[in-house]
Amino acid sequence: MTVPAVFFALFFAYPVVAIVSRGLKVGGHWQFGRIADVLGQSDIRHVLWFTTWQALASTALTLLIALPGAYVFARFEFRGKQVLRAAVTVPFVLPTVVVGTAFLALVGRGGLLDELWGVRLDTTVWAILLAHVFFNYAVVVRTVGGLWSQLDPRQEEAARMLGASRWTAWRKVTLPALGPAVAAAALMVFLFTFTSFGVVQILGGPTFSTLEVEIYRQTAQIFDLSTAAVLTIVQFAAVGAILAVHAWSVRRRESALRLVDAAHTARRPRGAGQWALLGGVLATVAVLILLPLGVLIRRSFEGAGGTGLAYYKALTSSDSGVFLVPPIEAIGNSLQYALAATAIAVLIGGLAAAALTRNTSRLVRGFDALLMLPLGVSAVTVGFGFLIALDKPPLDLRGTWILVPLAQALVGVPFVVRTMLPVLRAVDGRLREAAAVLGASPLRAWREVDLPMVRRALLIAAGFAFAVSLGEFGATVFIARPDNPTLPVAVARLLGRAGDLNYGQAMALSTILMVVCAVSLLLLERIRTDRTTGEF
Amino acid sequence: MALLSLDDATVRFGGLSKKARAAHAALDRVDLEVAEHEIVCVLGPSGSGKSTLLRAVAGLQGLDGGRVFLDGRDQAGVPAHRRGVGLMFQDHQLFPQRDVGGNVAFGLRMHGAARAEQEGRVRELLELVGLPGAEGRAVASLSGGEQQRVALARALAPRPRLLMLDEPLGQLDRSLRERLVVELRELFGELGTTVLAVTHDQGEAFALADRVVVMRDGRIAQSGTPLDVWRHPADEFVARFLGFDNVVDATVVGEAADTPWGKVPVPAGSPQGSAKILVRPAGVRLVPAADAQLTCTVTARTFRGTHVAVHLQASEAPRLEAACALRDAPESGDEVGVAFDAGEIVVLDGLSPA
Repeated sequence: MTVPAVFFALFFAYPVVAIVSRGLKVGGHWQFGRIADVLGQSDIRHVLWFTTWQALASTALTLLIALPGAYVFARFEFRGKQVLRAAVTVPFVLPTVVVGTAFLALVGRGGLLDELWGVRLDTTVWAILLAHVFFNYAVVVRTVGGLWSQLDPRQEEAARMLGASRWTAWRKVTLPALGPAVAAAALMVFLFTFTSFGVVQILGGPTFSTLEVEIYRQTAQIFDLSTAAVLTIVQFAAVGAILAVHAWSVRRRESALRLVDAAHTARRPRGAGQWALLGGVLATVAVLILLPLGVLIRRSFEGAGGTGLAYYKALTSSDSGVFLVPPIEAIGNSLQYALAATAIAVLIGGLAAAALTRNTSRLVRGFDALLMLPLGVSAVTVGFGFLIALDKPPLDLRGTWILVPLAQALVGVPFVVRTMLPVLRAVDGRLREAAAVLGASPLRAWREVDLPMVRRALLIAAGFAFAVSLGEFGATVFIARPDNPTLPVAVARLLGRAGDLNYGQAMALSTILMVVCAVSLLLLERIRTDRTTGEF
Repeated sequence: MALLSLDDATVRFGGLSKKARAAHAALDRVDLEVAEHEIVCVLGPSGSGKSTLLRAVAGLQGLDGGRVFLDGRDQAGVPAHRRGVGLMFQDHQLFPQRDVGGNVAFGLRMHGAARAEQEGRVRELLELVGLPGAEGRAVASLSGGEQQRVALARALAPRPRLLMLDEPLGQLDRSLRERLVVELRELFGELGTTVLAVTHDQGEAFALADRVVVMRDGRIAQSGTPLDVWRHPADEFVARFLGFDNVVDATVVGEAADTPWGKVPVPAGSPQGSAKILVRPAGVRLVPAADAQLTCTVTARTFRGTHVAVHLQASEAPRLEAACALRDAPESGDEVGVAFDAGEIVVLDGLSPA
């Protein structure tokens, strides 16, 4: 409990407070009047309004498209279901930069739709919304579908025996049971899209800007720290409110539901209607999720001189002038950083989860919600805060390599906690007692009883932390040194340059990043069982 | 010297105010001794403190007062894994990630037994509990009765000086339970194991135990051989817990008692004065109205396999239960006469429940 608390105080609260005070303190006095000033500007109000409505629209669209998917994954048994479930989860752990790039390749200039029908969406809000659906499809399928597959179908049957029609039974029995899970999923999607950075940065162009993008612009391009600080506070308040609602809905979800083993609730679809539904969902997944990924891969091989490995070869040379080192070295950097970040995240998250399991006091539960905050607080702010707060004694980390993994671990910790918590809570304390009575000391009992049960969850948590660390962009873009870029930073920098070669290299590097992420995720899916459906 | 002895053992559960805690002790100054090779069964309704008693002896639950001795040594400060007692949990608590063999060998491993010795002992124990060759089976594939046996083998494996069983047969169906009780008793007799078991099922306790201890609200209400407890329940609580409902206030004078059912004969030498008396159903005889000292209406009859329980309602007196042979049982609504047998009547000298 102490270690995670100190970690968060030092590497999260301190940098964020430091940068906010840098922006809002003039001559040692807080200038809260700036808040009103900034919020009074019409372009800032426009950003706020756009951030909110695109998040609402993305959430609604995601639910609309993903809920049938959740039903199909929960209730139907069909060939290739496991592989498909892994496939729809790939986007979620994909770096936002890659998602943006993939959609650019699909709907952007010279993209697939442009080639086929001359349709370009990259300057419209639709590209952003579709990318958000692509990104968050798995959140809904996993959160809602996970619960749905464990709801006892006999509850609906009982309602039907009491005279309810099929539709009424679903509406009166299943829907209320699912309600909190749907609400929780919607909130998570809203949270992710509200703070969306990489996707909007790449697809939004100059027209569309979310709070996070604006914070980045104000900080890194206009150097208007006080506006950035105000926006950070606004985003912080909004995220805090969303998380409070989320915590409340999670508590409601824990109300007594009759859950059964998911293995017994799915069956083969029957009748034309059900086959049509399954087909529709599969088609949606194919168009929305597999197609962008496929296009991204194809573009990485298609150069001016025909199909080949030209872009991949270019990655190994340093003549392009974009980097001081060959871009290919970003792979090594990324892997090293991500491994270190994973180790930190697993250690901190594991300790936090263990503390949360042992202790249920109000204070500790508050800490639970606090752990989620890094997911919503502007990564840009955290990154810049690192730069200005951790550069003087006693904590002078500027120029040390550990800075990047520390920032990445912040995003990984919530995933570790969410994955570990349900499993740790499920370990029956009396098993430990049984071991003690048989002669095992407390430490031995932990090793013999707890460890084997949480080992799998620990691996899954580590995998998630690894994937999100690998893809972290908002904070890393600030603190990664020019001679040591990570993959997402390198992709963004390549995209920022004109020229087919740079574009093609970005596609190639994105493909590599995607493959690394997908492989780690598929390895996870192999060890993941239905018993351990976490929050994500 | 007793193998196990409890001296004023007290456990209170937190959260309540000091006053309420004193009133609601889970174990309230319990004194208990278990001799070597003895099988003692603690019997009581749920919430009477039975499981807390076992946990206190095992070292899983700290004492708020009093002491626990094993082999004459005070166990204060000795952690659970160094007490050398076995505990079979109510719901078995088999380790789900280990197979049957791994579960049984667990205690041996903890005590540093060599691999060959472990294997031999596991084989021997699985044979003993009637599951030969089950080493490789997954715990999840076992039926309730098999889990039971594995849990027993696991608890016996490290040769604990005292074996404790928490509701050992609680979750099993009736026929299996009756068979297992007999098997367990034979097994413990053969092995010479000292056993402290708790159960809420009187049949189980009487079949298994050399001595029965009845608990109520954290205190010992009565202790004795099964026959003693059955024949002479100490008080109304014990009598009612054993299933006897014909308990009323009475005034005993000589060999008769004044009761709401009229004068009832009591055995010679019964305590005199005002007391509760218990009339066993077998002591309520149905007789022709002419010979009767009390006339009742039959309100219900319940078939009990070996006999019929007949519920009788006398005018202005508590209900009365009688046990009748199958062919003699009257129909619901019949008017019957009642007479009492002194041999089946007990004067209870304990205090009535509050």
